[in-house]
Amino acid sequence: MGSIAFDVAHLLGTSMLVLSFGLLFQRRIFGVLNTFALQAGLLAAAAAWQAFVQSAPHLYITALIALLFKAIVIPVALRRIVVRLQIHRTVETVFGMGLTMIIGVGLVALSILLVLPVTYQSGAITRENLALALSVVLLGLLIMITRRNAVTQVVGFMSLENGLILAAVGVRGMPFVVEMSVAFSVMVAFIIFGVFFFHIRERFDTLDLHYLETFRGERE
Amino acid sequence: MTAVALQLLHLLLMLAVAPALTGLVRKVKALLLGRRGAPVLQPYRDIARLLRKEAIVADSASWLFRVAPYLVFTAVWLGVSLVPAFSLDLLLAPTADLIALVALLGGARFFTALAGLDVGTSFGGIGTSRELMIASLAEPAMLMVIFTVSLLVGTTALAHIAGTLLVHPVGLRVSLGLGLVAITMVAIAENARVPVDNPATHLELTMVHEAMILEYSGRHLALMEGAAMLKLLLYLSLIACMFTPWAMAPPGAGPREIGIGLVAWLGKMAAGGVLLALFETSIAKMRVFRVSEFLAAALLLGLLAVIFLYVSKGL
Amino acid sequence: MSLLLTVAAAGGLLAAGLIGLAGNRRPEVQRLVYILSIAAMGVVVWAAFSYLLWPPADADATLVLPIGLPSLQPGSPLETHFRLDALSAYFLLVLGLLGSAVGLFAIGYGRHEREPARVLTFYPVFLAGMILVLVADDAFAFLVAWEFMSLSSWFLVLAGHRAEETRRAAYVYLLMAGVGTMALLLAFGLLAGVAGDYSFAAIRAGHLANLSTALVVVLALVGAGSKAGLMPLHAWLPLAHPAAPSHVSALMSGAMTKVALYAIIRILFDLVGPIGWWVGVIVVAIGAASAFMGVLYGLFQRDLKTLLAYSTIENVGIIAVGLGLALMFRANGLAALAALALTAALLHALNHALLKGLLFCGAGAVLDATGLRDIERLGALIHRMPVTATTFLVGAAGLAALPPLNGFVSEWLTFQAILTGPQLPQWELKFGVVVVGALLALTAALAAALFVRAFGIVFLGRPRSAAAAGAVDAGPSMRAALILLAATCVLLGVMPLPAVGLIDPVSRQIIGHSLPGLGAANLLWFVPLPGSYTSYSGLVILVAVAGIAVVVMLLVHGFASNRVRRAPAWDCGFPDPRPQTQYSADSLAQPLRRVFGTSLFRARERVDMPAPGDRRAARLEVRLRDLIWECLYLPVADGLAWFTGRINVLQFLTIRRYLTMMFVALALLLTVVAITQ
Repeated sequence: MGSIAFDVAHLLGTSMLVLSFGLLFQRRIFGVLNTFALQAGLLAAAAAWQAFVQSAPHLYITALIALLFKAIVIPVALRRIVVRLQIHRTVETVFGMGLTMIIGVGLVALSILLVLPVTYQSGAITRENLALALSVVLLGLLIMITRRNAVTQVVGFMSLENGLILAAVGVRGMPFVVEMSVAFSVMVAFIIFGVFFFHIRERFDTLDLHYLETFRGERE
Repeated sequence: MTAVALQLLHLLLMLAVAPALTGLVRKVKALLLGRRGAPVLQPYRDIARLLRKEAIVADSASWLFRVAPYLVFTAVWLGVSLVPAFSLDLLLAPTADLIALVALLGGARFFTALAGLDVGTSFGGIGTSRELMIASLAEPAMLMVIFTVSLLVGTTALAHIAGTLLVHPVGLRVSLGLGLVAITMVAIAENARVPVDNPATHLELTMVHEAMILEYSGRHLALMEGAAMLKLLLYLSLIACMFTPWAMAPPGAGPREIGIGLVAWLGKMAAGGVLLALFETSIAKMRVFRVSEFLAAALLLGLLAVIFLYVSKGL
Repeated sequence: MSLLLTVAAAGGLLAAGLIGLAGNRRPEVQRLVYILSIAAMGVVVWAAFSYLLWPPADADATLVLPIGLPSLQPGSPLETHFRLDALSAYFLLVLGLLGSAVGLFAIGYGRHEREPARVLTFYPVFLAGMILVLVADDAFAFLVAWEFMSLSSWFLVLAGHRAEETRRAAYVYLLMAGVGTMALLLAFGLLAGVAGDYSFAAIRAGHLANLSTALVVVLALVGAGSKAGLMPLHAWLPLAHPAAPSHVSALMSGAMTKVALYAIIRILFDLVGPIGWWVGVIVVAIGAASAFMGVLYGLFQRDLKTLLAYSTIENVGIIAVGLGLALMFRANGLAALAALALTAALLHALNHALLKGLLFCGAGAVLDATGLRDIERLGALIHRMPVTATTFLVGAAGLAALPPLNGFVSEWLTFQAILTGPQLPQWELKFGVVVVGALLALTAALAAALFVRAFGIVFLGRPRSAAAAGAVDAGPSMRAALILLAATCVLLGVMPLPAVGLIDPVSRQIIGHSLPGLGAANLLWFVPLPGSYTSYSGLVILVAVAGIAVVVMLLVHGFASNRVRRAPAWDCGFPDPRPQTQYSADSLAQPLRRVFGTSLFRARERVDMPAPGDRRAARLEVRLRDLIWECLYLPVADGLAWFTGRINVLQFLTIRRYLTMMFVALALLLTVVAITQ
């Protein structure tokens, strides 16, 4: 059982990391939302697998919460916000795509170099999981700071949370209370961001014209 | 069977199957698009027709223009004969390892690019300049995949890679998965498939590979098209050899095992063709400068694959 | 014996320089000088060969000449030491092979030299300087010969002194050569230490503190690395190498850079003693950066010779990566892998020398025939200059690392060395080797693009100017040299084992271990590391490709059709006879400029389109900035100018102020003496 357990956990964790890179790569808001939904779904699968392997039934609830809220409710809500507020559908980045990806790979290498020697005592599953989770967290931060669009910044924040939950489910015996508080904080953050959107929208309206004029060659 | 006979069979089999593979891909694409499509054996008839025609060569073309099709075709055919398909026992296999194989294909691309510039028209230049950009990113991505596989297995010789992966199954290795994704992206770019280049386009401004061979006609065009078909077969065969080496006949096997290997290989090629057709119909062609990002992603996936090998093998 | 021959050849060359100075206007004398240089190079090749194949019993013999600086001990004689060992012999072989071919080329090329005195006097001196650097056995001989080499090549660069850009190139070259020699001087000073014995034997026997070792490494890399063309001290190379006459450019790019690399190997592998793996990291990092940036710079050049100069920087970077890997492996005790990396580096040195010599000679033939170096005004030269075009194609394909040529063999070996990198124990090195591998792979692909552009724009297509349309192929001696070099490259590509066998004594001397695959070598397959089953055979690839191509051609012509009809180009039905409608060199590099140039060169394009109805022409302006020049060289130059401007005040002081300065200096010195008592 040991080897297959490790392989599947490793596979799910790495797929989440690859999807984080996918989030960096996307240029359309709907693509970003879809990728994030997929990542949250994989997080749910990873949590469910860990529940099966560790025989810890409360992790099933974690998986359910991740699936319901993060994979379904939040992406759908964000999609409706984008449509209703007529937010720009393209993602504007601070650096070019190549430089962002290079920084991303550098962050992954950094987290591996950091985690593996430090956790020498723990078991193999925990070490890999921690390294992957730290990479997802760092990439979530990178997404937040290299995107000018507020929606993608929110998605980056959510992706960071995904990484934290991945780290938490990888370790044996995470208490249920932590999961509830995490879920609540997600909801609170969502509400706050929703409030921000209404403020940003005013700014967007005055900035919109400005953006359109300085956009590369595409006049209205 | 003796080694020489096996190698000859391998050589001729590749030549025989390549047009059928292209025909299969076109047929499946047509069916998915709701058309009936040309018969699977149509590429054979196309090549035969082209071979019989007179070759028209431009006034400003040099000897390089006329020699390039033979060189390109031979290089790709030799390359595809060096990739183990149904048997691990290949006489010419020690001639070139993975890196030399990539360089051999690079040589074919070098001469195709020069042929695009030879006549002195702008369309050839478009094709060559775009091909140079695509190649400059696709080759490093391929080399990163080679790095991953060689780190795992300890060699870059294809026969030994396949043999080692057959004997010691490595399980669900994430690095191999990432490497598979990376090499698929490279294969799509190198074979001028959607989303990098549309092989069926008639709009010159969207062409990459077609633009380089725009001035070719008659038997020269037949050879260039044949080389493109062989290249598709080469990449599918390479992916099958490195990532799904099951049922390949070990060295010194009898006719029964070779037969099984043959059938398995034909099945793998057919499956690959169908998957390619599915992928091509489900995605749109990218703008030319998005291709560089696509390939940069492939390169970085390759880098990630190597880094993850360090993780799973332990530092 | 070999050593005597070598030093005698150098002496003969110095004499030839004098002959050249004396009778420079007469064509027989011009030919005589070059023939003498070919003879001297032939002697050098023979000496090096015989040393490597049949090493004499008294391998430690040194030749001591009674000239030189008086040494610190009074009463001891004046002496200069020369010694031949495997490392020197190998580089002498590289120099000799290239020098003989270039000499043959120069017989035809030098005929149109406008001021032959400048070239004929210093060309043999240049060769002699390089020979003496390679056999020098003490720091004095080394540095004097180094300066001979630098200054004579500087004079040769100034042969075209009537052009403004040549004068500027010579100025930058002189500056950087001076800085480099000073760095080497300081390095040797540190190596000799307080004892002051400058002979290499004494330096080898001595022991250096850690700080001194680090300083020596940095100084050696600055001094010799600048001469080799390693970034960021490379800026003189793309200015000076193109400005010199083409046969001199071939020697500078092919041989002088290798002599500089010899200096690096001599100091880092031999004289300094055991050093840590951090030195390897520095060398690999500089090498990888030079390779990648060098090829990118070269991709956007319009001048054929500048393009080739940047390609030299790229290849020197690749050699440096091999050397750095060898240092890292050696420091970790992995001797077999160190031998592999060193073999890869040295083989690439030989291959690059021959290939770059071939390409520069080809560029010289083009310059001679058309008077143009600007590739945007050339084109279709393959029809007018078939021999030059074919040999240039061999050179371009070689440096693009295509099998079965020699450039591929050494790049393949370098990649094999990188693939064994993860066996290093330190994980910074494990990760670093992967990144270097990716950079080298990018470099190789971009180099192929560079040479497609160079060959395609210069030789293919339609002629872009009248000069290109009216070119005539090179003269007989130039053609002979080109064919000879091309044939050697093909031969080395299909039979790399003899060359690798010649490198074996070097790796045994420097690392103490042979390349593992040499024991089980046969002429057909080349297996560098027997444990890994990886092999390559250039001969089989050449025979297979040629054989199958011929068979296919016969079959197709026999059974299908062999009719050809010439017609105007199809061009999608809208052919335009003007040659400006074909792709230009800038257009060919445009996608690559968009991908790599926007960030690394701040490439910006500006289009000025007139409104409809306005009949003036549209303008496209492409701007590329050399960031290394702007961020490193210009600030240093500006800072120096500011500083010298400030202390210029010292020129205009009154007598009282001068007296005050002297008094203050005296008081300070007396205080120092008082304190240290």
